[in-house]
Amino acid sequence: MSAVEIKNLHKSFGQLEVLKGIDFTVESGQVVCVIGPSGSGKSTLLRCVNLLEQPTSGQVIVDGVDLTDPDVDLDAARRRIGMVFQQFNLFPHLTVRRNVTIAQERVLGRGRGECDQIARENLERVGLLDKTDAYPGQLSGGQQQRVAIARALAMHPSLMLFDEPTSALDPELVGDVLTVMRKLAEDGMTMLVVTHEMGFAREVADRVVFMDQGVIVEDGPPEQVIADPQHERTREFLRRVLHPGV
Amino acid sequence: MSTVSDEQTALPAKGGLSPRKRQRISRAVQYVILVAIVVVLASLANWTDIRQSFLNGQVAGEGLPELFTVALRNTVIFTLSGYVVGFAAGLVLALMRLSSVAPYRWISMAYVEVFRGLPALVIFLMIGSLPLAFPGLKVPGDVYGQVALGLGVVSAAYMAETFRAGLQAVPKGQMEAARSLGMPYMRAMVSIVIPQAIRIVIPPLTNELVLLFKDSSLVFALGVTAQQVELAKFGNDQASTFANPTPLLVSGLTYLLITIPLGYVARRLEARQGATR
Repeated sequence: MSAVEIKNLHKSFGQLEVLKGIDFTVESGQVVCVIGPSGSGKSTLLRCVNLLEQPTSGQVIVDGVDLTDPDVDLDAARRRIGMVFQQFNLFPHLTVRRNVTIAQERVLGRGRGECDQIARENLERVGLLDKTDAYPGQLSGGQQQRVAIARALAMHPSLMLFDEPTSALDPELVGDVLTVMRKLAEDGMTMLVVTHEMGFAREVADRVVFMDQGVIVEDGPPEQVIADPQHERTREFLRRVLHPGV
Repeated sequence: MSTVSDEQTALPAKGGLSPRKRQRISRAVQYVILVAIVVVLASLANWTDIRQSFLNGQVAGEGLPELFTVALRNTVIFTLSGYVVGFAAGLVLALMRLSSVAPYRWISMAYVEVFRGLPALVIFLMIGSLPLAFPGLKVPGDVYGQVALGLGVVSAAYMAETFRAGLQAVPKGQMEAARSLGMPYMRAMVSIVIPQAIRIVIPPLTNELVLLFKDSSLVFALGVTAQQVELAKFGNDQASTFANPTPLLVSGLTYLLITIPLGYVARRLEARQGATR
C-alpha cells in the first residue's frame, strides 16, 4: 500500500484550472520533492493531499483511505498528516510548549504530562529545547519553522507535507531547517516537499517531480530529473533556477 | 518692492513683514480673541447664582453616601450586565456572520442593521411591552434583567461588527494550521482564532464599555424604584427635591470619574498594540 496515491486530480478556482489531472504515488518512507515554476500548481497539489483545498475531482488516498470520500473523518485523517507552511503559522498567542502540546491535548486527548514529554522530545529533535517558554514572536524565522516542524511531529504523523518551508527565511537561516528535514528523512519519515532548494532535492529526495501549468511534466530519481532532464520545459526551468542571471 | 532674486535668497524684505513675523502677530490676535470671550462670559454670568445653583456644597452633601452606594453601584451593575450579554451575543452574531450557512449570515446582518439603526431609548421603551408578544414571559431579575437585555441587545450589534473585524484580521494560516493538526472547525475557532481576535479588538471593546456606561442612563425610561436608581436619574431626582441643579453636576462628574480613566486605558491599549504589531 502506498503512503499517498493520487488519481486523476483536478482542481479549479472558478474559471482557472490549476491542476489538470495529476496522477502519482508516494511510497512509505520515500522523500518526494515537487519542483516547478510559481503558478505551476505544486502548492495546490500539496494542499489537496490533506484536503485544505477541496479537489474538484479525482481521488486522494492516504494510507489506503480515500480522503475525498464524504464519509471519511477528515479531522482524524489529518492527525496522521503533518503539515509545515511557508509562513510557519505558529500560534502567536501561545508559548512554544503550548504550540506543540495544544493539538495533542485537545485532539488526541493525551494527558498533560505525556504532552509535555512528547513536546520536549520533538523540540530536542529540532534543537530548540531551550526555547520552550518563548513566544513565537521572540524567535527567528528559522527557529519558528523548526518549532512548526516539532508541532507537526508531536502528532506522530505517518506523512509530512512541506509547503516551501524555507522560502520565507533569510538565506543564513535556511540551513538549520534543511538539516532538521534531512535528519527526518534519514529516520524514515515519508515526506512530500514542495521546494526551490535544488541541493536538498538532489541530495535527499528519492524522487523529484517537476510540475508546470497544472500537470506533472517529469517524475523520476533526482539524478535523472535534475541532472539529466528529458523535457525542454524542465531544462528551461532548471537553467533559470540553477544559473539565475545567466 | 522685493524682486525675484530677493525672494530666492530669503533675505528679509525691505518694506513688508517676513512670514515668521506675520505668524507671530496672527498668534497674538488669536490669544486676544480667546481672552475677550472669557472676559465677556465671566462678566455676563451671575456668579452668586452659579455658586448657589451648581456648586452648592450643602445640596451635594445631601446625596452622600447614596450617590456611590446606590446610584454609582447600580450604574456599574447595569453596565457590566449589559456588557456581558452584548459580548456573548455579539460574538455569536459575528460567528454567524462568518458561517457557511447562508441564513445565519442573513440573520446576523439583519440584526446588526436593525439594532444599530434604532435609538437605544426606543428599545428600552419596547422591552416593557415584550410580555404582550410572549404571554407569560417575565424577564428574570426584574429591572436588572430588563436592563441587561436592553443594553445587551443594543451593544451586541456594535460588538458583532467589532468581533467580525477581529476574526477576519486573524491570518487565514492560523485556521489552516489548526485544521492541519486535526482540530475540528469549532475547536480551532475557540482555541486558536477567537483568542487572537479578542486581543486585536480589546481597544474598541473598551470604548464600547465607555459608551455602554453612558447609555445605562436610559434606564430611567423603565421606571425604577429608589433602590434601583442609577446616576442620571439619581441626579435628576435630587435636583427636583432640592430645586437645585447641583446634584446633576455631581452625577456628571461621577460619570467622568469612570469614563475618563477608561478612555485613557483604551488609548493606552491601542498604542501598545500598535507598537507590537
